[in-house]
Amino acid sequence: MGKFFAVLLIIITLISVYPIVTHMWWMPAAVSAHGPEVDHQLDETMVASGILFVTSQFVLAGFIWAFGNYKGKIKHWPGGHKPVVAFAIILVGLEILSLSFVGSKVWASMYIAKPDPRALHVDVQAEQFAFFFRYAGPDGVFGGIHPDKINDGNGNYFGLDPENDVAARDDIVVGSLTIPVDTPILLTLHSKDMIHNFYVPELRIQQDIVPGIDIPLHFTATKTGRWEIVCTQLCGLGHYSMKAYLEVKSQSEYDDWLKQQSGD
Amino acid sequence: MHDMSAQPAVHHHSPPQGFIKKYVFSLDHKVIGLQYYGLALAAVFIGMVLSWLMRLHLGWASLSIPGLQLFSPNGAPGGVITPEYYLSLMTMHGTIMVFFVLTNAPFAGFGNYFLPIQVGAEDMAFPRFNMMSFWTTFVAFLVLIAAFFVHDGPPIAGWTAYATLSSVGGISGPGEAMGQNLWAVSIALFCIGQLLGSLNFIATTLDLRTKGMTLARMPLSTWAWFITACIGLLAFADLLPACILLILDRTAGTSFFNPAGMVVSDTLLPHSGGSPLLWQHLFWFFGHPEVYIAIVPGFGIISHILPAFTRKPLLGGMRVMIGCMIAIGFLSYMVWGHHMFVSGMNPFSAILFSVPTLIITIPATVATLMWLGSIYGANLRFTSASLFCLGFISVFISGGISGFFLAQPAIDTYLHATYFVVAHFHFVMAVAAIFGIFAGTYFWMPKMIGRMMNETLGKLHFWLTFIGVYCIFMPMHYLGLAGNVRRYASFTDDYLVPLIPVHKFITIAALLTGAAQLIFLYNLIHTRWWGPLAPDNPWEATSLEWSTTSPPPFDNFGGRHLVVHQPPYEYSVEGAPADHIMQTDPGPVAAH
Repeated sequence: MGKFFAVLLIIITLISVYPIVTHMWWMPAAVSAHGPEVDHQLDETMVASGILFVTSQFVLAGFIWAFGNYKGKIKHWPGGHKPVVAFAIILVGLEILSLSFVGSKVWASMYIAKPDPRALHVDVQAEQFAFFFRYAGPDGVFGGIHPDKINDGNGNYFGLDPENDVAARDDIVVGSLTIPVDTPILLTLHSKDMIHNFYVPELRIQQDIVPGIDIPLHFTATKTGRWEIVCTQLCGLGHYSMKAYLEVKSQSEYDDWLKQQSGD
Repeated sequence: MHDMSAQPAVHHHSPPQGFIKKYVFSLDHKVIGLQYYGLALAAVFIGMVLSWLMRLHLGWASLSIPGLQLFSPNGAPGGVITPEYYLSLMTMHGTIMVFFVLTNAPFAGFGNYFLPIQVGAEDMAFPRFNMMSFWTTFVAFLVLIAAFFVHDGPPIAGWTAYATLSSVGGISGPGEAMGQNLWAVSIALFCIGQLLGSLNFIATTLDLRTKGMTLARMPLSTWAWFITACIGLLAFADLLPACILLILDRTAGTSFFNPAGMVVSDTLLPHSGGSPLLWQHLFWFFGHPEVYIAIVPGFGIISHILPAFTRKPLLGGMRVMIGCMIAIGFLSYMVWGHHMFVSGMNPFSAILFSVPTLIITIPATVATLMWLGSIYGANLRFTSASLFCLGFISVFISGGISGFFLAQPAIDTYLHATYFVVAHFHFVMAVAAIFGIFAGTYFWMPKMIGRMMNETLGKLHFWLTFIGVYCIFMPMHYLGLAGNVRRYASFTDDYLVPLIPVHKFITIAALLTGAAQLIFLYNLIHTRWWGPLAPDNPWEATSLEWSTTSPPPFDNFGGRHLVVHQPPYEYSVEGAPADHIMQTDPGPVAAH
């Protein structure tokens, strides 16, 4: 029975790592400036964890094979437990140190570093079960948000008050996020009801959108194309269907698009 | 260590007469332990059926499940599960499994039955608290199940019940009216039950040990229940007020979790001043230790059972494993923020929470290496119990290693809320804990019901379950790497549609693995009435539960006051006359 168990364990281990090694199902290609750093961090963790996973399952299998039918005198681990404990602390400790240092750097570049002062500002409003995006318009100033004015029925998703608020009059509100490529983007995330999330796997970004808090999020897209923005925070019955599109255009295409929107 | 219990425990009550006092409102810790186990058994099969329904929906969203419309005409019209009913099933699955299975069975169930016996006591320190603890938990379970039968169905906010979805009332979605109220009341009651139980475990361990049962001679399972009780005392003392605040927000118009300016269905809500993140902090300050409430008893059970089937003490002896469990329990209170890397809290705190999260892998790794090292040079005996111990080591490794990814905020920004997380916590917390429960069941059931379980069926159960859990949960890692979001009722996004075949595979694996659990159920029921009678010590083990009859008499030791002379795992001691020395053996104390 020991040999059967050992072989089964080895087969399970090999089948488990095969799709990882061959990237059978894998992350889509990164399209953000910080994306390759995240991928690098994940790859390093994958190699270290993969070695630990395969080694420990194989050792378990090996011991079960060797001692499944062993009837001789009981043997104790040569050298006792102290070297094993020391080995574990040093090995895992070093792994933790390296992962923490490198990983914190990547995290800091995404969330702690200040956004580029020239970043393009886009305001995001999340609600059950849609995203809306707002551009400041020709005056470069966003109108104020008035929760009492928010009304999906008449399309006032942000609660703007154009009658009394000059800055709000030229604000552009659309249903998909259109941005220029290779330009720093600064989003301010608002939610009017539940906690939602702004997740674009290709951007390697995931950020909750919390009612009552205005959360800044900055990134730079490095490729043109069209990707899905999906909600990953359970927000109600239509959670699975809550999505919008991210359109990354060349600067000239973006300028044309913006002009078109202002003209409407 | 100082022996604090020179006086043997005095029994607090006499044997009860009549069915009700004997089996229903019993003060006997053994009956209460079996009651907890029975409740967990009922709960785990309900939770499993819920997961079948969820899995069927994820594989085949438009599938009509015959008869389901009779159970829930609104949630499954024509037998087809609606997206919101999927969320209800998911919420109930998580809540039932985490609270009523993973907390009840390994901690309250086995702990109640065996902690007093393993320390040589006749009962728990507070038998009446103990009875209240179970019946409060039982009422909590009924209140939760009642959510299936209220008009708008069970809540949809997940077992984590994040505000504001959970805190603004029925306006936020179906199930968020009465269903969510019942959820919050149920969990508050559950907390009370666990607090009573934890106090009892701690007092019994410290005060009711028999003569010679020093702390250093307590079996590792007792140590694990004791440490878990200490974790639970803090964790449930945090969740209870959190649930009360949630109930107040929902029913009394307070704004603990509700900020100003919320607009739902074009209605401006009258709240102001609350924070949805407060709920997350309160919840995860309980929620992360809860993971260890589920798994530390598993550590203890595996460490207790493994020596009996390797015929040698654990590598590193008692101290290393006790140290690991205490370190894990201590660190479990410093890591709650790793559930909140993307929540919008201060990004600096993510780094602060990441470091202790990674550090917690050190005691977990040491414990795993101690188990592995104990197999080296062993005379392995393959029984259903030992197979589940070995399986536990394998699945705990698989689940633990994915923690390296999620502990790093930069990687978590990609993997958070994907199936990678689902794979991680199911392996490390659910499957590992369930394997611990199965190992405990096959090991202790002969003592608990006095009959031997069928080993052939037990081993068949193990092989099917072991292969099954890898087929279910390993592919979820791949889904997560591909960005597959969890808690989706169906996959309509362009990038998710190609992943549906993987979901179908997982569904089939889940149905088959679930069906294999019927073998276990049959074995358990058959054993209870028709199994061969168990000897007092079928596994040739050493701790005090094997020094009494199977099952033990009402006062555990038939009026004897045991005196303990030996450490708990004296297997294959050099120069000893037998291959194991019972803890009660008055012979010379072994050299090591």
